[in-house]
Amino acid sequence: MRAGDLKPRVADVWEWLDAVPDPEIPVISVVDLGIVRDVAWDGDELVVTVTPTYSGCPATSVIAMEIETALRDRGIDRLRIATRIAPPWTTDWLSDKGRDKLAAYGIAPPSPAGGPEACPHCGAKTVTRVSQFGSTPCKAHWRCDSCLEPFDYFKCI
Amino acid sequence: MSALFEFLCRQGDSTLILGQRLGEWCGHAPALEEDIALANVALDLIGQTQMWLGLATEVEGAVRDADDLAMRRDVWDFRNLLLVEQPNGDFGQTTMRQWLFDQFHVLQLERLCDSADDRVAAIAAKAVKEVRYHLERSSGTVIALGDGTEESHGRMQAALDRLWPYAGEMFESDAIDAELAEAGIAPEPADLRAPWDVAVDATLAEATLTRPESDFTQTGGRSGKRHSEHLGHLLAQMQWLPRAYPDARW
Ligand SMILES: [Zn+2]
Repeated sequence: MRAGDLKPRVADVWEWLDAVPDPEIPVISVVDLGIVRDVAWDGDELVVTVTPTYSGCPATSVIAMEIETALRDRGIDRLRIATRIAPPWTTDWLSDKGRDKLAAYGIAPPSPAGGPEACPHCGAKTVTRVSQFGSTPCKAHWRCDSCLEPFDYFKCI
Repeated sequence: MSALFEFLCRQGDSTLILGQRLGEWCGHAPALEEDIALANVALDLIGQTQMWLGLATEVEGAVRDADDLAMRRDVWDFRNLLLVEQPNGDFGQTTMRQWLFDQFHVLQLERLCDSADDRVAAIAAKAVKEVRYHLERSSGTVIALGDGTEESHGRMQAALDRLWPYAGEMFESDAIDAELAEAGIAPEPADLRAPWDVAVDATLAEATLTRPESDFTQTGGRSGKRHSEHLGHLLAQMQWLPRAYPDARW
């Protein structure tokens, strides 16, 4: 921030962050993913608190970089990204908007039952797990028994 | 060295070495799904390593970072369990090693969630969610292969017999463990043996595998007194680049 500038409102910062896509699933934002836990001004420094999804997720450092770039583009120069690991990230923090977008994109959203509720392609309820792991740490690999198409399932943790 | 530093190195070194071992499968596993699963488990373990070794360097006074601990120590400074440095062998042996460790790891992390040290409890709470998932897969695979074909059953029994002498070290308690238990930071490893035995026996029964009779155990990994010859080879592979090109960045 330059001296004399007004500090952007925290609500505006949340809105800007909601436009930053997740690098691996670009249809949802980092806010939809539930990893932005707090936005606050510490004096004239903006502190964005981020919780990693999986411990070793390679997207974590990319996400921090993209948040930083997006906010600098909005003129915020004094910026700190803080990492918070407790309480641990849970898929309960996914936004409803994010869940809808995942399904529309072809990724079954997490379900406490331990598996997808329905095939994201045709809506059939009969689905089979192919593998507990998938294309990224947050997903597992399933197949629809009706349309026979494979699909990703967002693991529930 | 403080007992807490030593404990954190034991935690981080076991996850690091097992993560590195699993990484050796990348591009070589018997099926694409297994390849991806092994790499994902490795990734979780290496992520957990960054937290454990990161906290170790913080406790030590920030004179070096987690990468220094991982890449610039030699065999005698590593504190990982002997079990996790054992070679991959065939897919059955890798799966058996993973399951023996996962079953211990879940029990240990569940106890560490109540650690008197908030930083330890936070790492454990994060890691245990991932490790429960690992256990679900490794126990399921042990059952599928143990109770599978004659060939897969034979290989799983051979893997169990070969790795069993390395399992007991997970439950050894020494002066460092006693100090941490006294402070409420970590459980005595010996206390985890009984619940581990119950869980392991149940899975072995389902897998139609026979638990080895002798509980003789190899020791020396987590104390650093005597690693097996395999660790040096693993470190040479893992560390050559940062040692040949110190401070390389990409
Ligand atoms: Zn379908």
